[in-house]
Amino acid sequence: MPERTAQERLNDFVIKLANVNGTGSASANTLLMKSLFRMGIPVMGKNYFPSNIQGLPTWYEIRVTRDGYVARSGRVDIMVAMNAETYARDVKEVSAGGYLVYDSTWPRPALLKRDDITLIGVPLARLCNENFAGVRARILMKNISYVGVLAALLDIDMEKIKELLNETYASKASLVETNLKAIELGYRHTQENFACPLPLRVKAMDRTAGHIMIDGNTAAGLGCVYAGATVGAWYPITPSTSLMDAFKSFCARLRVDPETGRRNYMIIQAEDELAAIGIVLGASWNGARSFTPTSGPGISLMNEFIGLAYYAEVPAVIFDVQRVGPSTGMPTRTQQGDILLCAYASHGDTRHVLLFPANPEECFHMAVQAFDLAERLQTPVFVLSDLDIGMNDWMCPDLKWDDAYRPDRGKVVNEQDLEKMTRFFRYMDHDEDGIPYRSFPGVHPKGAYFTRGSGHTQYGGYTEDSAEYQIVLDRLRRKFTTAARLVPPAVVERRGGGKVGIVSVGSSDGAVREALDVLKARGVAADYMRLRAFPFGTEVEQFLHDHEVIFIVEQNRDAQLRSLLTLETAVDKRKLRSILHYSGLPISSECVVTGVLAEFGEGARALGVVG
Amino acid sequence: MSYLLKPKVAHPSLPKNELGLTRRDYEGAMSTLCAGCGHDSITAAVIEACWGLSLRPQDIVKLSGIGCSSKTTAYFVSGGHGFNSVHGRMPSIATGANAANRELHYIGVSGDGDTLSIGMGQFCHAIRRNVNMLYLIENNGVYGLTKGQFSASADVGTKAKRGEANTQQPIDPVLTALSLGATFVARSFSGDKAQLVPLIQAGIRHRGFALIDVLSPCVTFNDHEGSTKSYQFTREHYVEAVHTDFVPFQQEIRAEYAEGDVLPVTLHDGSQIRLRKIDGNYDPTDRSDAYAYIQHKMKEKEFLTGLLYVESSQTDFHDASETTAQPLNRVSYEQLSPGSAALRKVLARYR
Repeated sequence: MPERTAQERLNDFVIKLANVNGTGSASANTLLMKSLFRMGIPVMGKNYFPSNIQGLPTWYEIRVTRDGYVARSGRVDIMVAMNAETYARDVKEVSAGGYLVYDSTWPRPALLKRDDITLIGVPLARLCNENFAGVRARILMKNISYVGVLAALLDIDMEKIKELLNETYASKASLVETNLKAIELGYRHTQENFACPLPLRVKAMDRTAGHIMIDGNTAAGLGCVYAGATVGAWYPITPSTSLMDAFKSFCARLRVDPETGRRNYMIIQAEDELAAIGIVLGASWNGARSFTPTSGPGISLMNEFIGLAYYAEVPAVIFDVQRVGPSTGMPTRTQQGDILLCAYASHGDTRHVLLFPANPEECFHMAVQAFDLAERLQTPVFVLSDLDIGMNDWMCPDLKWDDAYRPDRGKVVNEQDLEKMTRFFRYMDHDEDGIPYRSFPGVHPKGAYFTRGSGHTQYGGYTEDSAEYQIVLDRLRRKFTTAARLVPPAVVERRGGGKVGIVSVGSSDGAVREALDVLKARGVAADYMRLRAFPFGTEVEQFLHDHEVIFIVEQNRDAQLRSLLTLETAVDKRKLRSILHYSGLPISSECVVTGVLAEFGEGARALGVVG
Repeated sequence: MSYLLKPKVAHPSLPKNELGLTRRDYEGAMSTLCAGCGHDSITAAVIEACWGLSLRPQDIVKLSGIGCSSKTTAYFVSGGHGFNSVHGRMPSIATGANAANRELHYIGVSGDGDTLSIGMGQFCHAIRRNVNMLYLIENNGVYGLTKGQFSASADVGTKAKRGEANTQQPIDPVLTALSLGATFVARSFSGDKAQLVPLIQAGIRHRGFALIDVLSPCVTFNDHEGSTKSYQFTREHYVEAVHTDFVPFQQEIRAEYAEGDVLPVTLHDGSQIRLRKIDGNYDPTDRSDAYAYIQHKMKEKEFLTGLLYVESSQTDFHDASETTAQPLNRVSYEQLSPGSAALRKVLARYR
């Protein structure tokens, strides 16, 4: 007899669904997750999909988490194995004491190799073949029917499922009917043949009110609408494409003039990323808020223009939804591998402002901040999201908007200012903050200046004179110092960590937060700092100064954030320990816990760094 | 070039345009190109054309890439903003600038290297989008700033200064633009100001992408015997196929030519391009015939010039994008932000 975990696990487990892509599984998995969310239970969903349209393995992971954790836990409690090709590895992945749901239409002796998990075979293909006509419909309905199986096993509220189906297919009543029929087939068969519900099950809570499930790209696209962006230029690239898709669909609803039917925006699908960033620079130089979404390979291509924008001081907002590199890498997997690339993009002495959203809510707000900073500082601003944030649905508090917000257009001289001036000089540091004044074309002949990437003086003229060149270059360095005061500060949490600190960035935040709780329960306390921007503010320097052992948690091989900290702060790098995750899957809390505990063996306790 | 302050003192007798400005008001910084460079003649033609059209200097936006030709945007209309971008990428800057403000006049200046090699992709796509701009190629067949390498427009057999012959096929910008669907395609010669000025004026007024390929000899690296882009060779081989006059909207159109001789093309703003055929076999309104005839003449070593193809009614970049008539950079934030109430509605879909 397999060893059973008789213990009830209420609202705290992980379901993983193994599918073939292009077979309708995405709808089934979203339906499943949303029905849990509607029951008031916090959920996390992660999609591990191939760079392919149809026929390759794809997985979806749903974590039911009553404590509201947002990262992967590293466990799999229920595996729904719907892809024969990956059965072997899927079975292997189930945590001891877990369950495996599979299609028992065909005998699967290979599945029976583990005796520490419970097998639940439901003849889904047979049930669907008996009830639906047509090959395509049978495949699609087989996938939707496992929602019914899980609803029975986990005690998911069928009313919520029906409610969601009615909303999703509001315009096609027949689809509601067929989908519901398939779900009920799975539900009934499971009810009749297994002891339902399992000890591992769900129960309605009230933890999701005032929350939404949204992906970071959608939130960022919405942020661009609220920031007042009017020109978006892009070249399609996974995983950033859905950001422009979102901007486009929001604009179609919210930005079309009701009287004329004409658009208060322009979206330009460029011929490549070089043109995309060129269009952004041309538009924002000419006074429109403009942005481009891309990923690592796009940033590589944009480097020359990024240097021009830095030196000629043209605002630009660049969303880098990071994916696995180097080169083409794994386009549908996540990584934080572009930190150094973006911080110093382009040849010569360049440094750039980076924002690091940790979740879709921050994607929305940082999109707006990015435009304000880009125009205030007259420089490119990178929003470093990643595939995990950008393409997965995250549970977030409702996005809030302050109607009093007005864009910070920065230092712009208008027609009246120019009329009063004897002469306008583009690159002078009038205010001693390193930020000059700019003028837009078409406003006044006195505002005209010549924008160039070649050596220029503070008056805007061409130069090859050492002293004149250095005046501008030194001012740009001062401008970066000003930037450190304007960017969002790091989130610092003193949690009784004493000399131990953890630093992370972006989507690593969720795993670290959960790990901090787990570690505390095991007697290891640590303070926490989440970086939200580069350049680093004084609070970053202070945190690094105050701690003796600092773990830098990030998702790349070469410890890029750690490198940036050693380059840009006074920290003694011997104090820094790296916890690195670069498998392409989002980092789990388990990875952080293991990393910290590995450092703090018996010896560490002797050193007195652990309480 | 050092930053030169040119006093704008104009003699009272200098002729003034409708805005009361003289030609001096359309000049720029002092040129730093070689004495006798064809590019300087083109600069002079641009100044003449802008003055003649009475454009407000601040409404002129000058864009360029990298190279000798791209430097020239500093040498005209100092009252208009200039953007000297990176090599071969001017079309994307122009596209973005035009997206932001559809009301200004965009004059892009490029060279044969900047357009036909490093910038070939962007050149093609600016045509494809029909960005409303004048695109001048100052075409001399060589890379001047790097001292005389062949460019992609160099003819087979043409000789470099040191004697080596080019063996690769040239890319002809006029034929390329025609095949890509360009709506205004012209060729001219820097030494023919009378032809060039009305072409530039028509190109500025044309709604959409207007290309003028201007043969512009490089006196330093490509003006020797054996070169097919020298002054002498160009003068001997260029043939005006169509003579172009440009008549602004406000101006009365007086019949200067015999009936049937002149083909008027009315532009969206009411101004008129009047084409007078010099070569009777040529039809500048038929794309495929024009293409075949230009190519045929090139084989005979004749470079047809003039407004070689024009299409007056077409959809420009903004029309195709259905953008609002007001320049996007002037749409108020109140019009752009949907506000918190709309946000609440949007979020309902994510529950």
